[in-house]
Formats: sequence, structure tokens, C-alpha cells
Amino acid sequence: MRYIEPHGHMVSRTTDDYQAMVTAGCAAVCEPAFWAGFDRKNKHGFYDYFLQLTEYEPRRAAKYHLPHFSWLCINPKESEDPGLADDVLSLIPDLLQKPNVLGIGEIGLNKNSRNELLILEKHIQLAADHDQLILVHTPHLEDKLKGTKLILDALKNHSSLQPGRVIIDHVEEHTAPLVLDSGFWAGITLYPESKATPNRAIDMIELYGHERIWLNSACDWGHSDPLAVPKTALQMRHRGYSADFIDRLLYRNPLGFLSQNPRFRTAD
Amino acid sequence: MNFPPPQSKPAPVSLPDLQFIAARASLLDLAAFLDRVQRHGQDDDYRLAALRAALPLLLENFPQRTRRILESLSDSTAEPIPAATIQGAFGAPRP
Repeated sequence: MRYIEPHGHMVSRTTDDYQAMVTAGCAAVCEPAFWAGFDRKNKHGFYDYFLQLTEYEPRRAAKYHLPHFSWLCINPKESEDPGLADDVLSLIPDLLQKPNVLGIGEIGLNKNSRNELLILEKHIQLAADHDQLILVHTPHLEDKLKGTKLILDALKNHSSLQPGRVIIDHVEEHTAPLVLDSGFWAGITLYPESKATPNRAIDMIELYGHERIWLNSACDWGHSDPLAVPKTALQMRHRGYSADFIDRLLYRNPLGFLSQNPRFRTAD
Repeated sequence: MNFPPPQSKPAPVSLPDLQFIAARASLLDLAAFLDRVQRHGQDDDYRLAALRAALPLLLENFPQRTRRILESLSDSTAEPIPAATIQGAFGAPRP
């Protein structure tokens, strides 16, 4: 089989994970900027991280013949300080020229605060100004439903945005219809405890269709599995799905979205 | 990018044959968790109350139980909060 990992925080993973992913059929990996597990103190910490995402990590992935792409932003967990966020946002336009950058992400909300929303709106404007794809993070657990509604309102306020160039990630059963009915792409994240399990992800495909949906592991430094996507493929086979349908969902769907940026390519 | 439509309908399989044992184990894990927190005198936590409030949804006779349970465990307010004083989430809204 072949698949694309459209959301993996590979700076937090070992090279053994790269080897396992490629062995399982991974043809490309995309890495959104996110929280490091601690709050960075100034823009210089973010600049170093952005260089890691755009220079060092692609070289590490290339050792396993895996194309690596990245998305840039300040994540919502560090968006409560608007001054710091503005400093970081000012770094991004120049870095959009890096050859592995696909767009702005993962932006969004965490606790659904006023400052998080303010910085989200600035990111959306930045993406619109530079004609970038957008990858959106939706909040965790009890905050997800409210945050998803606030994010949808913020996106719809930008009339120039094309919904087909925006993916809203970490949807679950209560938010997937809101996202898809608004014309956006939806990402289903496969986590052992929070977000969705492989079986629930397949259920959502059955409930809401397979158009404009991708699956990802969002593997990072927490409880997560870099092989969650191919393991879901195996569960789909157990549940009677054809190899062609699995290829559509796990390879051709993300390929369709990501190829809107001509930089994107796969190993095959 | 256009692709031919895939055959999305799965071949028929017996889901009870495939998944009943795993579902049974999940039910027993939930029961054991409720027993455990009660035995340790911790069942007055607001998250336990939210869990107990969601349990009747399991017995409703329509195939949207997961969505309904997620909604019942969600913050139902609409306005942004003034400021984020924490970064984590807890699985159920604070009362």
C-alpha cells in the first residue's frame, strides 16, 4: 500500500519512526508548526524552530527517501501574548519562500480566548495576502465544538478565501458535519485516547462520505502512533473495504489537497 | 486533480464477529473505572458527573450516540473567554 502522512510532528520522533513509516508505504510527510511542550520566550526560539522545519528535518527525512514538507505559524497555545505573536508573524513571509513550505498552519484555537482569536484572524489575513493554503487546528476535548464554530465564523469572514484551500483538522463526530457542510476539507486525527480511533474514523467516512477528508496520525512527543494511518488501512480491510478505496482515502485524497501547492510531490 | 470515483461500499462483514469482544472489554473497563473511583471516594468529581450524565445516551435507539455524547461533554457557551489562563483540557466542561 501507499499513503501520505499529512500531519506528523517529526521533530519529536526518532529516525526509527521514519524507517517504520517508509516501510509501511509512506510516500510523503507534512509537518505543521506546533507547540514544543513549553512556551518559547521570544521570536528567536521560533526562528530556530522554523529553520528546523524547513532545513534540517527535510534532510533527515531524505535519508529515508521520504519527501518532507512543512507549514508555518505560531500555534494557538502560544498566542495569548499578542506582542510575541506579532513578532513571530513578522518572521513568516520571508520563510514562505523555503522550498518545502506548503502554507500557514496549524493555526486555530486552544482555549477559545479573545487573543487566540485575534491571532487566528491575523494568520488568516497573512495566508490571504500571500495566497497560501491553510491548515487549522481545532481545540481539544470539551473546547472543540465551541472552538470549531468560532474558527468557521472567522474563516467565513474572509470572503476572498476559497474553502477548498483550507483544511480543518482534528474533527470528530460532532464537528465533521459543520466543517464539511461549509465546504472546507476535514482532517481526522487518529489518537489512542483523544480525537478519533481507527474504527471511529472509518465510521465518520461512512456517515459523512469520503470527499474532502484526509486521515493523519498527528504523531508528536505525546501519546500518539506514527503508524496510525497504515493501521487504519488494515482495519478498513477487516471491515470489507477495497484496496482502491483505501488508496483513495489515504493517498489520493491528501494528494488532491496538497497538490494545490505545486511544490508538493510524493516519493513515487 | 480528478480521480475516478472509488467503490466506497464495503464488502459485507459481521461486525459482531469482528468487534464484539473489543466492545465488551471497553464496557467492562468503563464499569471498572466507575467502581474504582467510587471505591476510592472520588466519584464527586465534575468529570464523573458529566460521564454519568452521558451514559443514558448509550441506550438511545438511533445511530448518532457518539456525536450526542461528544456534544454532552462539550462547552456549550458561544463567546470567546476573556483570556486563556491554562493551556490544557479536561474532557468535560467545568460546572
